[in-house]
Amino acid sequence: MRQIAIYGKGGIGKSTTTQNTVAGLASIGKKVMIVGCDPKADSTRLILHAKAQSTVMDLVRELGTVEDLELEDVMKVGYGDVKCVESGGPEPGVGCAGRGVITAINFLEENGAYTPDLDFVFYDVLGDVVCGGFAMPIREGKAEEIYIVCSGEMMAMYAANNIAKGILKYASSGKVRLAGLICNARKTDKEYELIDALAKKLGTQMIHFVPRDNQVQRAELRRMTVIEYSPEHPQANEYRSLAQKIADNKMLVVPTPLEMEELEDLLMEFGIMEAEDESIVGVAEAAVV
Amino acid sequence: MSEAPIKKVEGITKESTQAMIDHALEIYPEKAKKKRAPHLAPNEGEGACVKSNRKTVPGIMSARGCAYAGAKGVVWGPIRDMVHVSHGPVGCGWYSWGTRRNLVTGVNGVSQFAMQFTSDFQEKDIVYGGDKKLKTLLAEAHDLFPLAKGISVLSECPVGLIGDDINSVAKVASQELEIPVIPCNCEGFRGVSQSLGHHISNDTIRDHIIGTREFAEPETPYDIALIGDYNIGGDVWSVKPLLEEIGLNVKAVWTGDGELEKIAATHKVKLNLIHCYRSMNYMCRVMEEKYGIPWLEFNFFGPTKIRESLRKIAEYFDDNIKEKVEKAIAKYDPIMQAVIDEYRPRLEGKKVMLYVGGLRPRHTVNAYADLGMTVVGSGYEFAHGDDYERTSVEMPEATVIYDDASEHELEQFVDELRPDLIGSGIKEKYLFQKMGIPFRQMHSWDYSGPYHAYNGFPIFARDVDMAVNSPTWKLVKAPF
Repeated sequence: MRQIAIYGKGGIGKSTTTQNTVAGLASIGKKVMIVGCDPKADSTRLILHAKAQSTVMDLVRELGTVEDLELEDVMKVGYGDVKCVESGGPEPGVGCAGRGVITAINFLEENGAYTPDLDFVFYDVLGDVVCGGFAMPIREGKAEEIYIVCSGEMMAMYAANNIAKGILKYASSGKVRLAGLICNARKTDKEYELIDALAKKLGTQMIHFVPRDNQVQRAELRRMTVIEYSPEHPQANEYRSLAQKIADNKMLVVPTPLEMEELEDLLMEFGIMEAEDESIVGVAEAAVV
Repeated sequence: MSEAPIKKVEGITKESTQAMIDHALEIYPEKAKKKRAPHLAPNEGEGACVKSNRKTVPGIMSARGCAYAGAKGVVWGPIRDMVHVSHGPVGCGWYSWGTRRNLVTGVNGVSQFAMQFTSDFQEKDIVYGGDKKLKTLLAEAHDLFPLAKGISVLSECPVGLIGDDINSVAKVASQELEIPVIPCNCEGFRGVSQSLGHHISNDTIRDHIIGTREFAEPETPYDIALIGDYNIGGDVWSVKPLLEEIGLNVKAVWTGDGELEKIAATHKVKLNLIHCYRSMNYMCRVMEEKYGIPWLEFNFFGPTKIRESLRKIAEYFDDNIKEKVEKAIAKYDPIMQAVIDEYRPRLEGKKVMLYVGGLRPRHTVNAYADLGMTVVGSGYEFAHGDDYERTSVEMPEATVIYDDASEHELEQFVDELRPDLIGSGIKEKYLFQKMGIPFRQMHSWDYSGPYHAYNGFPIFARDVDMAVNSPTWKLVKAPF
């Protein structure tokens, strides 16, 4: 069983990419479980065709204690026999979402959710690793392979680099490794080259460049993956190709995250950012003569 | 001298007990009443007659502890040659320091470490994580106390909330310091009582300790381990010599006055003898499944149960042990009879109510019977169904059984049953003393002990007599 965690900046398309990739793996006969690690609980809706799956923490709240919970209450099976679990958690601004992730994963382990027939377990984790709870999926004995979803936008690259720093911390004491960047294209300038270069600087690979295509949105409106909605569409091929690359991937590295200056240098190299010119800092557009 | 507890108490019927329960429940709001009702019942003589191990109903004033308390106070804390770190803010460690009276031998700081170690979390540790501080403190503890055989890291609530990975810190520290460093994820908010803390701690012994050492001496057919005796008031020091007197080699004690390396080698014993079933049955089952070691529950409270238990233990061994058991019984019976002859006339017919934890609400019933006393109500703070199954056969018929009882319920029952002695904890003590009823703090043996085995029974009898027959109660008059 390979356990894989997907990280990346909020809104970058982690859940969409994860579910489409998992559907791709399922379509080539792999047994997969998705564990959604985000209080928004939107990591399984495309597989289950559901608005929102009832989550581990929802039921814990209802029953009072996690000890009263049964695995079948929280595990649903969707497209391609993919098993789906959502950790769930509080609405924004209250409680502790990170603990929700810890509680949910402990529950799954104690109740035998990790059956030997599974080929893959995917953890789809909240964008920013804001506390130890969101690092739970990459603790020892859990996910050892991490993919970071990013795009050619500057903030997405910053986020990817930051996540690489987090992985480095865990990699130094355990087996967790960076397995690649997934570029979820936003059609920014020189996006392919930029992410490819960033991947190399981080010591990893751009495992796949997923082009932007509205077919993804059309499928999402129907709460489906592209692979299920339109298996013949070229975009479905992209996800199948990504799935196959992940299945075959052997390149697991301890990442070499960049210093902020190196990252800016990279952006300049590709002409995304101008060379440093202190005279423009803090000067509004209208103020430029 | 063999004394079985009486099975029928005058004036107590199923109906009278149920009426008393109904009366106690009356004051509750509908929802609380519905939730509490299944936890209170007249004893049916078999099976678990009450519901248990459920979340405490808010507002009823429970006497329960937390998972951390179960780990620190019960399972890990008594191991004397380890440093036990309370990981988190200072209070949990401070208020659990030595309060259980699990006594230890050795020299403090050299061969035992009954001190208060804490990572003393501050704001910055919550915000930035406590893993670096933990790493430093583990190295410092090892530096200051190089003779400590290992370190346990017992998580308090905040550690689980911020998601610090103590397991990874412990693993690295264990390699660097070359001693076992055991992470125990026993955050207080986990589970419904201290019971989950016992279970989590048993699991950490399973995952990190058992099977990692061998005993220095060659194996013998008489090697046993004493499981679930925490040396409260010196209990182990009374039990161990008796087991040795009947020819057994007590290779390890879990965990009263315990030693890490002996606990780690327990997979080599021939039989596990378990006293506190609730807190240690998990590891007995693990050792049975993994190493084929049988286990036997026994009861060393009062001469009747001691005798019965010694003969049960002897069944596992050859004639050599059987002879020694009979010799011991013959030796101690007259001594015990002398104790009974002294105290029984003053205690005959007196009634007792118990509300404690672990094994005492059932294991001590017969010890009171040895003194002519009858337990007319019993219950546990954190028991499970299997504990109540074991209790119903010990208790007289139709007597009240209570699970996770509230102060209000206990007060109502005591008011109705008017026992001559109550054995419970510090939280109940003053309530009942104010009611003018003799009380013994039966979690810590009320600063006395030991109570286990032949050396313990005379002390138990003296203490019970001292409480019940103290002239104090005749001199004061409760105004209510």
